[in-house]
Amino acid sequence: MTLVAEEVRIEVPVSGAPKRGVVSRLVSRLGNGFVQLLLALVALFWLVPVFGLLIASLRDESANTASGWWTVFTKPSELTLDNYADLVANQAVWQSFLNTFYIAVPATVLVVVMASLASYALSWIEFPGRETLTVVVVGLLVMPIQVALIPVAKLFGTFGLFGTITGVVLFHVAFGLPFAIFLLRNFFTGIPRDLIEAARMDGATEWVIFKRVVLPVAKPAIASLTIFQFLWVWNDMLVALVFADQDSAPITVALRAQLRQFGTNIDLLATGAFLSMIVPLAVFLVFQKYFVQGVLAGSTK
Amino acid sequence: MKPRKFGLSSSVDAAPGRSPRQAIPFLLPALVVLAALVLYPLVFSLIRSFFDASGDEFVGLRNYVDTFTDQRTLTAFRNNVIWVVVAPAAVTGIGLVLAVLTERIKWATAFRLVLFMPMAISLFASGIIFRLVYEEEPDQGVVNAALVGVHDLFSPSSAYPKARPRDGYTPTDAGYVATAPSRAGDTIMVPLVGFPPQDVPAQALPASQPTSGNGELRGLVWLDVSVGGKAGKVDPIERGLPGIQLEAVRDGKVVARTTTGDDGRFTFPDLASDEVVVRLPESNFALPFRGLTWLGPSLITPVIISSWIWIMTGFAITFIAAGLSAIPRDALEAARVDGATEWQVFRRVTIPLLSPVLLVVFVTLVINVLKIFELVFVIAPGSVQSEANVLALQMWQVSFGTGGDQGAGSALAVILFLLVAPAMLFNIRRFRRERS
Repeated sequence: MTLVAEEVRIEVPVSGAPKRGVVSRLVSRLGNGFVQLLLALVALFWLVPVFGLLIASLRDESANTASGWWTVFTKPSELTLDNYADLVANQAVWQSFLNTFYIAVPATVLVVVMASLASYALSWIEFPGRETLTVVVVGLLVMPIQVALIPVAKLFGTFGLFGTITGVVLFHVAFGLPFAIFLLRNFFTGIPRDLIEAARMDGATEWVIFKRVVLPVAKPAIASLTIFQFLWVWNDMLVALVFADQDSAPITVALRAQLRQFGTNIDLLATGAFLSMIVPLAVFLVFQKYFVQGVLAGSTK
Repeated sequence: MKPRKFGLSSSVDAAPGRSPRQAIPFLLPALVVLAALVLYPLVFSLIRSFFDASGDEFVGLRNYVDTFTDQRTLTAFRNNVIWVVVAPAAVTGIGLVLAVLTERIKWATAFRLVLFMPMAISLFASGIIFRLVYEEEPDQGVVNAALVGVHDLFSPSSAYPKARPRDGYTPTDAGYVATAPSRAGDTIMVPLVGFPPQDVPAQALPASQPTSGNGELRGLVWLDVSVGGKAGKVDPIERGLPGIQLEAVRDGKVVARTTTGDDGRFTFPDLASDEVVVRLPESNFALPFRGLTWLGPSLITPVIISSWIWIMTGFAITFIAAGLSAIPRDALEAARVDGATEWQVFRRVTIPLLSPVLLVVFVTLVINVLKIFELVFVIAPGSVQSEANVLALQMWQVSFGTGGDQGAGSALAVILFLLVAPAMLFNIRRFRRERS
């Protein structure tokens, strides 16, 4: 930018308040216009792929194989909801869509409950080994789930949990906990000590302090965690690929079988992928603040 | 005093919250799950990696040796290295630039929202999105459609791809060369085959015998493929091929050029009396440009990396922007007052102050990259999956996919664990430092 020019201008006697030089203003405005244009193009770049998928999901098979989705601008009459109707009528796909809820909701609730309890103990109850335990949790943040796939598959086999929704949920809970505890502990320790001590002076039990003092204060953190965990589980493929069977598979795994003939069944895949995206996109748009906070905190996962 | 729900504390004089036993009910559920499904499996995988596929026989380090000599796994290693070297640095760099630029626009929030959106959707869905983006068929994949559009703008595609003379011509690099020479006054017939009649340009007229004479070399190029027609003869419904270029070559030099008319007839005027060889240049028959095979073996990894960049850039921007807003404005202003240019302020003030944040972003991205699985699984078609392979995918393949060898799979899992272990230590050290 043209800071030097500005200073020179200011020394020139001008009437009225000191103004920025014409050249400086022009360059700044042009520069700004350029930045605006560049970022607008970048944003467009980010939107086009999603838009393409959406349009592809709204055109039938013959239209998709005959021409690209961008031709829709000249042939808007090709748009149809038939693919969605077909998909919803497809028993297996619809069941997998429901399964995704059956997996994501309990996996989220359990993680939030267990992590809140544990984080309270790690933050406000003194016990030997608290420091070590906290460090272990921090260490587990980046644990690759691959190390647990084979042993847990065996374990689930023994207990009859392999190929069940319960099994998938339990695995998600286990690998959701370290981050959940980490996030909530960070928040809980930030609660003013006086608040907790005052409650203890009044003779409140730990349970009561947890429920009446900590939880209400921690609502934003819990909201972030809930949304992050829900989307994390909703979007999973690998865990379900290993632990779910055909009847308990979420939508990502159910659609996987269609990948082999990508070119010819874009209509089905695009529709299925978009159906699976509707929930995350809605959650994201409604709760973006909490979600962004959750992702920033949970990025290490 | 209210009755205690968790009456585990027997010591009366311990202040509430000071009694270790009260921690137990709070910790127990989480600890049981973590111990059973994370810690125990870690130990189990480590032990399991020293046993063979069936799990019965102790094989020492053989699984590890096999892993480092197996071609598929080595490809996966190579790809993981490419990923780690290229992808996190690219995303951190792009994120930094865009984060700084967004400070200068009013719609920064909206911009970040758009770029953050891919973080909300599944890697599976992102994979489908990019599979469609990079689809090879230019009538389906938008990247190849754009490439073909740009290409054809500068060099239009040939009119008759794959067409060829029926006989009497030798294919060469320059095109089809007549086996027999001709001279002014001759009439030559060039029947073409290997081209679908429905693709002949609409302006094409029925082929008609060229009239000889006038000391000119004349001829006809037509599509000699009518059903029931005679090979090499002009049948009534056969059409001439307009726009075919022909060259007259003498002693290796092109001495004349001409192009067929709508009825397929052509004339070389003003040829000297010496013999020439007629040639149909390759440009008549070149295959049209169809874009690149993005999802083929050579480009697959860059393609998947590009989709990962699309997913992660929003995260980097948001993280870095948060760091930027924490930089004291005074430091920047002081540098500006001292006469530093914006670039110098960026290089000498912003980046050093931002480096801790950039490091965290970078490390986070490296961890993410090491675990990459779904994107490769979805974007790489089955036939090139071995080319695009990465460790996390190979681990799944070996243990649950086609392999079924849980000994080798466990070894891969342990290797993956060791690769993220430095990040684990990084996190723990950062955590300890923040506490003290």
